[in-house]
Amino acid sequence: MEILSYAFMQRALIAALIVGITAPAIGIYLVQRRQALMGDGIGHVALTGVGLGFLLNSSPVWMATAVAVAGSVVMELIRWYGKTRGDLALAMLFYGGMAGGVMLMNLSDAGSSANLGTYLFGSITTVSPQDMTTIYVLAALVLAITIGLRRQLFAVCQDEEFARVTGLPVRLLNLLIAVTAAVTVTVAMRVVGLLLVSALMVIPVAAAQQISRSFAVTFATAVGIGVAVTLTGTTASYYVDVPSGATIVLFAIALFVAFTALAAPLARKRAGTPAAAGKGCTLEVPGGRPAEDDVRV
Amino acid sequence: MKDTDRPGVDRAAPEDRPVIELRGATASLGGRPVLRGVDLTVRPGEVVALLGANGSGKSTAVRSVIGQVPLTGGELALFGTPFRRFRQWARIGYVPQRTTAAGGVPATVREVVTAGRLARTKLGILRKADRAAVHRALELVGMADRLKDSVNALSGGQHQRVLIARALAGEPDLLIMDEPMAGVDLASQEVLAAALREQVGRGATVLLVLHELGPLEPLIDRAVVLRDGCVVHDGPPPEAVGQHALPGHDHVHPHADAAAEPLRTGLLS
Repeated sequence: MEILSYAFMQRALIAALIVGITAPAIGIYLVQRRQALMGDGIGHVALTGVGLGFLLNSSPVWMATAVAVAGSVVMELIRWYGKTRGDLALAMLFYGGMAGGVMLMNLSDAGSSANLGTYLFGSITTVSPQDMTTIYVLAALVLAITIGLRRQLFAVCQDEEFARVTGLPVRLLNLLIAVTAAVTVTVAMRVVGLLLVSALMVIPVAAAQQISRSFAVTFATAVGIGVAVTLTGTTASYYVDVPSGATIVLFAIALFVAFTALAAPLARKRAGTPAAAGKGCTLEVPGGRPAEDDVRV
Repeated sequence: MKDTDRPGVDRAAPEDRPVIELRGATASLGGRPVLRGVDLTVRPGEVVALLGANGSGKSTAVRSVIGQVPLTGGELALFGTPFRRFRQWARIGYVPQRTTAAGGVPATVREVVTAGRLARTKLGILRKADRAAVHRALELVGMADRLKDSVNALSGGQHQRVLIARALAGEPDLLIMDEPMAGVDLASQEVLAAALREQVGRGATVLLVLHELGPLEPLIDRAVVLRDGCVVHDGPPPEAVGQHALPGHDHVHPHADAAAEPLRTGLLS
């Protein structure tokens, strides 16, 4: 395979694979908690970090991670305390983060609009060997949390009040989810871009739940879908000159549509066991013919 | 925990201490006082029903017992330990007031009920005994044959059975249930009554918020009736006839259809 002979494509494919695994792995908890758009908000905030990295001539990836983590913690605090207009506070944070990033980028010497584009929409072929180390470390952290603590995170995201009463450290686990999501956003930033990160956290999960009945199967299927679309999307962007992020997200949506189309026949197949298939509704008339199983009424 | 060196407070053996001791509890929601000095004592092995009209504070009272509504005044002790120092959450099984057990992602009946076993595990690792406890809890509520089904495919009564199985999976010493019969069909009500009877039989203490006594009536040792955040009755379960005429009584049963009309043997609103 010619594609594998280039070091930059090897890095791109490995980065894509890692993002394909980690984004749905944390995304499933956000979807379970009905906060599917939280990743999107973190992406907006992370842009301020990228701008700060350029302005201070430090690593944009680490700066984005730091600012995204801080932003996710603030979002979690707003969720705890700001019960009245929490959505408005979040909106401020999202758009403030976006505007801050664009502003800081413009103030710095190195930042140009082309540079901004690579962070907003991803530029997978420019992933450097240094970026790879960062990606490995952060991805290992994300996987350790999302798989190692799956039962605790499941309980918290399924029913927060119940989880508190079972004595789980709910605030800590919620913070952990927020921070993990922030880390995932910055890992995925180079591959799909900050504006499309959330898509990779949410769409594979949405597709997987069309055909699954359990959390475990949804988790595995979503990760499978994530890996499939990031690898094919990256490969496609090599052969055809198209942006990787947009290709990956469009592939994911195509899979979602396919899985949705599969859902109805699959449900029918599951429900339609041979015994139940022929049975319709029967009306029992009092005093009429006795029921077949000879139960006295 | 050195409860014993506090003179006069925690001297009694753990078995003799009240399981729940709420004294002069006050609490408010959104600035409005909801509890105005509630005393509630539940002793080991008792089954206590908390009754009252909508807005009387009965739900707030149980939620303050488990720390979900902070008290603005008064004292609370669980199993003889002041609430501040209470950590034995594994001893409490809680059934929140819900109409669904589902979250944003599909989950099977077994997955939801297993969450109730978490407090009894170390770091969330399930052993054989934990799986057995989950299965037993599902058998108790008659849902063992549905354990691989998605909770999204269940009826209202079955959702409630799953929520109760989740609380039972931890084999609690104290079971706290907030309107477990709300929107539950008659068949499920009877299953739940049987499950509760089994818990009482093995010595569990039960505090439950009810709208009507219904099929649970024979199990109830004591009824505490709240009105406007104050206890107005604490004693044997009130008789149906007189209580039916209490102010604030209403007959709203949002989920019930004709076949599932709750029994009217009980009480109250």
